[in-house]
Amino acid sequence: MEKEKQRRGGFAKIWIFWVFLLPDLLGALIFALVPMLRVLLGSFQSAVGSRWVGFQNYATVLCNGAFHLALGNTARFTLICIPILLVLSLGLALGLRALPGIGSTLRSAFLMPMAVPAASVVLVWKVLFHKQGLLNGILLSIFGTRIDWMNSDASFWMLVISYLWRNLGYTTVLWTAGLAAIPEGIYEAAKVDGAAGWQVLRYITLPSLKGTGYTIAVLSLLNSFKVFREAWLVAGDYPQQSMYLMQHLYNNWFRELDFDKIAAASVMTSVVVFVLIALLGKAWDKKE
Amino acid sequence: MNKVQKILLGAVLVGLALMLCFPIWFGITGAFSSQWELEANLAPVFTVGEKMAAWSFLPQAPTLEHLVQVLMDAPEFFTMFWNSVIITLGILIGQLLLGVPAAWALARLPFPGKGKILSGYIVLMLMPFQVLMYPQYLVLRDFGLLDTLGAVILPAVFSTFPVFLLHRFFLAIPGEILEAARIDGAGELRIFWQIGMPLGSPGIMAVGILSFLDSWNLIEQPMTYLKTKSLWPLSLFLPQIQLEDIGMGFAAALLMLIPALLLFISGQEYLEQGIALSGGKD
Repeated sequence: MEKEKQRRGGFAKIWIFWVFLLPDLLGALIFALVPMLRVLLGSFQSAVGSRWVGFQNYATVLCNGAFHLALGNTARFTLICIPILLVLSLGLALGLRALPGIGSTLRSAFLMPMAVPAASVVLVWKVLFHKQGLLNGILLSIFGTRIDWMNSDASFWMLVISYLWRNLGYTTVLWTAGLAAIPEGIYEAAKVDGAAGWQVLRYITLPSLKGTGYTIAVLSLLNSFKVFREAWLVAGDYPQQSMYLMQHLYNNWFRELDFDKIAAASVMTSVVVFVLIALLGKAWDKKE
Repeated sequence: MNKVQKILLGAVLVGLALMLCFPIWFGITGAFSSQWELEANLAPVFTVGEKMAAWSFLPQAPTLEHLVQVLMDAPEFFTMFWNSVIITLGILIGQLLLGVPAAWALARLPFPGKGKILSGYIVLMLMPFQVLMYPQYLVLRDFGLLDTLGAVILPAVFSTFPVFLLHRFFLAIPGEILEAARIDGAGELRIFWQIGMPLGSPGIMAVGILSFLDSWNLIEQPMTYLKTKSLWPLSLFLPQIQLEDIGMGFAAALLMLIPALLLFISGQEYLEQGIALSGGKD
């Protein structure tokens, strides 16, 4: 009797769980997971007629010159941007922490660019980064030289600057939260042991931030894909070649209906992202 | 740190903050500058010549003419502004109706396979648009949703990041409160409605603000899924503005910026909480 009641109670709880979750879960399945599996299947078929072609689409993509260019640029962008962003924002978070008075006001200022729609600053970007634009005006008066941001390899650095501008505040807030989670007691123990300044940073703060750092790296990686917005708004579908990114390539393939190539490239990108996530998961586990 | 060091550090950080806010200030003053001033300052950028562009920190003859012009004589601006509003509201309402209960289930309702479902949500959350673009296109085509606002709204309603973040906020509610309510005989629906929603409201605000900023700024999705220009959101309208209309361009950009900035200023506290929680480990 008692057991029967418990079983029915358990059933009711499971039932209510699905009432809450199912509408959203179904949507996620329909709009993401199921079509992703379809694309996996499609990556082994020809675009016209869905013939089985094995790994041919993958081979085509891997030999494609535009793919090399886009992949190279995207990888270079990620490898340069993320370390700069992580170090700079950690420095900022530490700096803001040392200035308790004006720290939070300044943090708002750093965070503000995050709220600005990319399209709202596109004119500003065009004026700043033009060959005869404001940034070059400053460079000319200080260094006596200027950079052709839009039409040379320097356009890559325009992307780097855009990314840092938008993400610096966000990442600083993430680090600040990580710093706040370090127990005060550790610092006090270190003080008693006579550690000071750089030593505290090197032996206490940084090691404690390891887990936070991994998370921030992954979030920054994901945000780095969004820099396409600035690139596209400023330079359109075919920008200077050093800022031709994966998203440009996808869009161009899309327009030309090269769905076989898109399918293969999507699968490869998701595998790369998946591996990165697995590495993050491992890092999280290690921290436990 | 001694006093001199502190002042130096403060000066560096204030300088950096001013630098970061400069483009925003630049855009705002542009909207209030007269057309002749803009043309005089920016001609080197938009026409050939060897002079350098200039900028005045404050407009020499501030004017509302461009804002009036956009609001009065640019019907396409209204269409696109309205499209942006519908897209953003649609996404927010959808996430509130479907995402919030889902997050509650994942955080607070017992179910044996919950951890696996949550991992699935996290994996999907980490997939960039490059991966999801073509799969979503296939679904939208099958449902006949391409070239409708639904093509932008629906996939975003089911994005998993808001659910994940909200689930973290709900997890932070002390378990004793829920247990006490259960012992008093409250049903799960009532617990969600009378305890979860009120105590989780800062989280809902934080996620709402993040979602708003993201939806208001969508570019890749409308670009891929919408062909008809009259369905485009503002973000696709602004880049098309020419030099002759540059004053209007700045004014339209400002009108797009205002809702985002107001929300940012009024909800910054929630926003910072939301960001902080997205970075913490489980």
